Amino acid sequence: MRTVLLRLLGALPALAGVILVTFLLTRVLPGDTASYFAGPTASAESIAQIRAELGLDRPLPEQFFRYVTALAQGDLGMSLTTGQPVLADLTARLPASVELTLAALLLAMGIAIPLGILAAVKQGSWADHLCRIVVTAGVSLPVFFTGLLLVYVFYFILGWSPAPLGRLDAFASAPPTVTGLYLVDSLLAGDMETFRASLAQMALPVATLGLFALAPIARISRGSMLAVLSADFVRTARASGLSPRYVILTYAFRNAMLPVLTTLGMVFSFLLGANVLVEKVFAWPGVGSYAVEALIASDFAPVQGFVLTMAILYVLLNLAIDLLYGLVDPRARMDA
Amino acid sequence: MHRRSLLASALAAPFVPKLAAAQTAAPSRRETLLLVQEYGPNSLDMQGIGSAQPVNGVSVNCYDRLLRFKPVPLPGGDGSTFKIDQLEGELAESWQVASDGMSATFRLREAKFHSGRAVSAKDVKWSLDRAVSIGGFATTQMAAGSLEKAEQFVAVDDRTFRIDFLRKDKMTLPNLAVTIPFVFDSELAQRNGGGDPWAKEWLKNNVAGSGAFRVESWKPGVETIYVRNDDWTSGTLPTLRRVITRDIPSPSTRRALIERGDADISYGLPPKDFKDLIEAGKVKVVGVPVPNALWTVALNAATGPFTDVRLRQAVAWAMPYEKIMQASLFGRGVPMWGATGEATTAWPQPYPYNTDIARARALVQQAAPGGVTTTLIFDAGAATIAEPMAVLIKEALAPIGITVELQKIPGANFRGELNKKTAPMAINRFGGWLDYPDYYFFWNYHGNNSIFNISSYQNPEMDKLIDAARFTADPAEYKRDVEAFVSMAMREVPAIPLAQPLHDVAMQKNIGGYQFLPSREPDFRSLTKG
Repeated sequence: MRTVLLRLLGALPALAGVILVTFLLTRVLPGDTASYFAGPTASAESIAQIRAELGLDRPLPEQFFRYVTALAQGDLGMSLTTGQPVLADLTARLPASVELTLAALLLAMGIAIPLGILAAVKQGSWADHLCRIVVTAGVSLPVFFTGLLLVYVFYFILGWSPAPLGRLDAFASAPPTVTGLYLVDSLLAGDMETFRASLAQMALPVATLGLFALAPIARISRGSMLAVLSADFVRTARASGLSPRYVILTYAFRNAMLPVLTTLGMVFSFLLGANVLVEKVFAWPGVGSYAVEALIASDFAPVQGFVLTMAILYVLLNLAIDLLYGLVDPRARMDA
Repeated sequence: MHRRSLLASALAAPFVPKLAAAQTAAPSRRETLLLVQEYGPNSLDMQGIGSAQPVNGVSVNCYDRLLRFKPVPLPGGDGSTFKIDQLEGELAESWQVASDGMSATFRLREAKFHSGRAVSAKDVKWSLDRAVSIGGFATTQMAAGSLEKAEQFVAVDDRTFRIDFLRKDKMTLPNLAVTIPFVFDSELAQRNGGGDPWAKEWLKNNVAGSGAFRVESWKPGVETIYVRNDDWTSGTLPTLRRVITRDIPSPSTRRALIERGDADISYGLPPKDFKDLIEAGKVKVVGVPVPNALWTVALNAATGPFTDVRLRQAVAWAMPYEKIMQASLFGRGVPMWGATGEATTAWPQPYPYNTDIARARALVQQAAPGGVTTTLIFDAGAATIAEPMAVLIKEALAPIGITVELQKIPGANFRGELNKKTAPMAINRFGGWLDYPDYYFFWNYHGNNSIFNISSYQNPEMDKLIDAARFTADPAEYKRDVEAFVSMAMREVPAIPLAQPLHDVAMQKNIGGYQFLPSREPDFRSLTKG
């Protein structure tokens, strides 16, 4: 418990840094918010009026002070692109991204870890080659390309997948919000039809993102498994006549998991922010596409809110991973 | 296969049992329209500052104005457009301009707000007062029709409303039919305004109107759902009961949705997709030449090489018009080159230039024998069209001795860059809501140097002609002035017109009643689904 608190305290300076840097970065970026939002026939006066209304005519330190004061009260500012408070936007959109990312990560893990282990155990076999092909494909196929390809094949040509209209078909209604994750919420509400509908909507984006996440996980699983398999303790275990299955799953696998966990943490946080393109192709109302839209419009508040949310998530995630290390490997617990 | 069964099977596979989907979906879909667009409204109040383009749609469908544009059938029978001076009453049952031409009196219909309250003249006054005082785009647009002060608006009695004119302006009445001067339920708005006399924050998130539709749900960036207001009396009751608009950012996905038949209407595809859809023939594409709009290359007449009119003309002669039409607009535009006769009062109209490299080269030889190096800026937000345009222009100008460097400016920056007025060349698309040549020229070539006078063109003679045409009541004088300033623009070419854009909308073949409006947003009131 103390470890957790200490770690959280340690993250505070990092968060402060993030707040300052994103504030400065958004101000340094070229782009004039006021003239963008002034509309097509804006006169110089109306642009100035908007600038004043947004507080953009004040000196930077004052703008920063106002931003931090508001932040302390839990106010992330207003988004101009959606016209809503950033906090409300992020709370509405984060679950969509999290659901997509988690599902993709689970899918990727489910395929990549066994594949990586198999490839390591049977080097040079078909499994190893398959692993290599999957890794190469996952790394080299850009996400938007895979996404569009899947839409083209499974929706446009074959008609197996529902219309890529976002989280639910236009005529379906969302389950009552508990967690914001439609799969979980629909199960909680016992609404199997919505569960199936949202699962169907998720299939293609999850596959797209999963394929992308597959590569690093499979590669690390294979690599770290190879390293562990050639370690002394495995040789000893083998020499002691333990069954190969027992050696691989109990001795080798557990030890090989540490780097995989690290990678999982990185892949997860990376996916959460970087699935912009998947969100665009599948009209998925997540935080990634939200931040990018805002960035294009020089809409500062959402960008700052997004970076801050990501920073907090990253801190929490790292903490969770460190705690998991302790479970997997008692030595890591001592170090912490 | 019919699109409904397609839809059902698309839904059904692979997870949902076929029967269940068909049963739950069928009853409402005939009266429900699904429209996909790039992005939806960022506010529900078009008068508010910072309202984006789609908010015009909320104004059209959820609010009423005093007047509206009368539908003018499109050639080909695919729907209707408007003519700027053909108006009909919306909230106004009838109206009359005073004999001295200095005021108009409106008799209001018996109409009800969504709240159930009767629409009265004081609501109209409050709403128009708001439009002229709130600042930003709304106030600018009102001023374009000489609607500038709250004192101009008089609630005579409950159902009589008068507007006193500041000057005789042919744009005053048409400007009452655009998406800004719509009528709020002023009591409801003030009650919820929380101290703000114009209830800006509340009206941004709530509709307080009397229009044909109500907003049932609004999730910014995701979807907006409209439901019909069954008590609407300001026009024929719409046949659609429910309209769902979804924000689908990827144009490829929007195209797939319309081609597969899952969406009824798809807005805002790249011109190439519209061309392909027309050729495939599975869906209907309605293309309306956008009134008073042009793609142009503006040449800076105040600073840089193009202060010399000969160089401007050289560029006009070197422009690869036909190639731009084919490779950038994919034929989805109206040619604006190769005119042979004199200037007319039509606008836009073709200029008397062609691609004639020899002539262009000769002009450059005269004006700048050593050649010229310059830059061309364009908006990254419009890059699908503007980038190929820019590349073609660069290629075409190289052989005549004009070396062009291209600069792609991010959307948020482009307006700022235009405001600086230093770019020697800029590709821009301008469209004026009020379809008069003098209106276009006022924004683009007048000495008041608005942001859209990208060329910073200053010519007192031109200003005089524009101002005279703007306010004259004499048709002969109007014709003479317009023809004079158009031919002046043709000679002086502060901006070279490339094409008049088509506003394309893709829809299923069973969708009818399409109405094109100056704001270009869909009018759900007349749409039908057969």
